[in-house]
Amino acid sequence: MAYEMNFTPVFARTPELISGTIDTIVLSGQSIVIGLTIGLAVSILRVDGPKWAAAASAGYVEAFRNTPLLVQLFLLFFGLPYIGIRLSADHAAILAISLNLGAYSAEIFRAGLLAIPKTQIEAGLALGLSRLQVMRYVVIIPALRVIYPALTGQLTLTLLGTSIASAISATELTLAGAKIESQTFRSLETFLVLAAIYISITFAFRLLYWIVGLWLFRRSVPKTGSAVATLSLPREAET
Amino acid sequence: MPALRIENLKKSYGTVPVLKGINLAVENGDVVAVIGRSGSGKSTMLRCINGLEPFQEGSIVVAGHRLDQSRANLRDLRKEVGMVFQSYNLFPHLSVAENIMLAPRVVKGLPRDQRELLVRDVLSRVGLAEKASAYPDELSGGQQQRVAIARSLAMKPKVMLFDEVTSALDPELTGEVLKTIAELAEAGMTMVLVTHEMGFARRVATRTVFMHEGKIWEEGPSAQIFAHPATPELRSFIATDLK
Repeated sequence: MAYEMNFTPVFARTPELISGTIDTIVLSGQSIVIGLTIGLAVSILRVDGPKWAAAASAGYVEAFRNTPLLVQLFLLFFGLPYIGIRLSADHAAILAISLNLGAYSAEIFRAGLLAIPKTQIEAGLALGLSRLQVMRYVVIIPALRVIYPALTGQLTLTLLGTSIASAISATELTLAGAKIESQTFRSLETFLVLAAIYISITFAFRLLYWIVGLWLFRRSVPKTGSAVATLSLPREAET
Repeated sequence: MPALRIENLKKSYGTVPVLKGINLAVENGDVVAVIGRSGSGKSTMLRCINGLEPFQEGSIVVAGHRLDQSRANLRDLRKEVGMVFQSYNLFPHLSVAENIMLAPRVVKGLPRDQRELLVRDVLSRVGLAEKASAYPDELSGGQQQRVAIARSLAMKPKVMLFDEVTSALDPELTGEVLKTIAELAEAGMTMVLVTHEMGFARRVATRTVFMHEGKIWEEGPSAQIFAHPATPELRSFIATDLK
């Protein structure tokens, strides 16, 4: 007996799907901004910080990379109230996903920082730049260029990971879908539609990363000293 | 006061001594070539002068800044002591002009119009005025090294350090870099050069220092050092080079 697809009951809930989509985009966007900020700071501390800060950074990274995101989410949402910190589901979701991305991206950033030759750093220091200025003006952009594919891959994983926030009833797309499914009993149709929406969101985000990449690396070229004009992103005309 | 005075400089890597008590004075306008075999400590000594290498004993006074084990005020010193490296170390994501302007902008806060004048000035001094908007990987090794010299000049250093700056270049490109350095010497820049270019040391350096086993083995006016080496070690070193 063939199953007859019927999307009508699902499409009837379009407003909920749209608001779920917006919630997922907002949750992802906020978590990505906060998470990457954490990741960058932690990676710099781990590579170039005082010993205690490097150790603390390493501890954080290990703790969050070796526990499930779902458990982290439960800890923040169900666990913290016992020590007097009460977060809304949405806030707990942003915090957990940001901290999770912070740990993963810190390792990616660290790989990039370590890929920059020490001589580049020495050249910056010899010119009188502070360590922080060397980081900012000399190291970051070439380092980002090295790790950009890995980093944007991680961001896609993080975006899709926001669906886990439905487990604590944070408002986002999967929660909206689950509600629709439970009321229409159109499981196959509902989750097919959800999958299609997630694909659209990730593609939109990846397009955004690509554009950001073009801007970030508009003037960067492959490693120093390479005589061959290898593939590089288009460079601005003379400014 | 000399432009550079090194007193009893001692450095070791773990238990291995690399510099065993260096004393050296360089007057303003002096061009000092430092020669010696690999491992004799010459690059390490140079890198101590602007604090890239910490050291255990002794002191260095350069361009009026005192450097000791405390490593205080290192940035003030580095603003006035330029350094050029063997591997050029231009920043690959910045154009030639941006490479040159970076430190004057972020370290000295030089305004934009003055930065542009500065770029033109230092690039013309190294003969690359037309390359301001090029990127490092579009330049030959010799050109990159001349840009690195220009970048260092843009900080208006009182003393410049050159660490085997032609070792990565073929003879033709070596020539153009050495010519640039010779012009700086003529203009009165105080310089310390670690080099393997004996002919250049002899012609351009006012004084030559021969390092051996972590010590200054012999030093004097270049003409004398090369024509009448006093120690057997220097004699054999010069002889090896001629072969």
